Amino acid sequence: MTEMVTDLVALQLVGELFPNGISRYAIGGLLVGLGVTVIYLGTGISAGASTFLESTLSYVSGQSRFTQYVGSRDWRLVFTLGIVLGAGLYAVIYQGGAWTTAVQPWRLLVGGIFVGVGTRVGKGCTSGHGVCGVGSASKTSLVGVITFLLVAILTAQFVAAIGVSP
Amino acid sequence: MSEARSPLFMPLVLVGGLIFGFGLAYSQMARPEVVLDFLQFEDFGLVFVMFGGAAVTGVTFFLAPRLLSRAPLTGDRFERRLKSFDRNVLVGGAIFGVGWGLSGICPGAAYASLGIGNVSILWALAGMFLGAYAQGYWRSRSAAAETTAAGAD
Repeated sequence: MTEMVTDLVALQLVGELFPNGISRYAIGGLLVGLGVTVIYLGTGISAGASTFLESTLSYVSGQSRFTQYVGSRDWRLVFTLGIVLGAGLYAVIYQGGAWTTAVQPWRLLVGGIFVGVGTRVGKGCTSGHGVCGVGSASKTSLVGVITFLLVAILTAQFVAAIGVSP
Repeated sequence: MSEARSPLFMPLVLVGGLIFGFGLAYSQMARPEVVLDFLQFEDFGLVFVMFGGAAVTGVTFFLAPRLLSRAPLTGDRFERRLKSFDRNVLVGGAIFGVGWGLSGICPGAAYASLGIGNVSILWALAGMFLGAYAQGYWRSRSAAAETTAAGAD
């Protein structure tokens, strides 16, 4: 009896922490790691997503920060195209049509500007530092992840607290 | 990167991107709302995306250099992704954190978000390019100014 109550409490706690379960998150994460693995095993490259922003700017700008990526800009474009198409495949199979966010455009635009500056100055994003860097047990990446995660939590909680929604 | 790249290089990168993007969409991380729920402590599931991803790459990055000599499509050695630590990692990480917390979207997830038909994410992508351009413009100029100053000495 006591055991059953404990189980129920544990189940309820899991339900509160993970109202949508964990399988979709875990399976999605494993696939993200698998995508990185496929490219790494074939090419030796650990691919991150945010360098694409600067490497693609090298097509239209001669600034030295961008031209340093001329050698990788073509495959980064293909990688990004793959990400778009892969997500599109998901949408066709499971979503049955387009999905649009309700998050306000100004949040996306202003947040995007900060993301564009921050990921490039900080040497990586959620995939580069988060998935590749942490997977390499890189101390730099661990520090990067902890920094952006903490600041993002504070920012999101603050924005919600002042009543911005969604 | 080595000179001789196999013709299979680009197709493989495309396949890797497809799996990566499918995974991001499957994990729901392509939806800003899900990321914001995580950051607001309403659904902790997202930690499994990063853990799941890092667990797979961890095994890959550990085993590949030990079991294989060179990458078949480039002839390159398997190396770990190690970036040097300096103040920029903290400053940039904090700036990225503000943007991620405000918008609920990061670069890879933004590309995937476009794939699931979320046209509104073009706002975020425009912002990311603007931000990347601004910091690149600024940093290219400061680098050039430093070189000129050093040359004048």
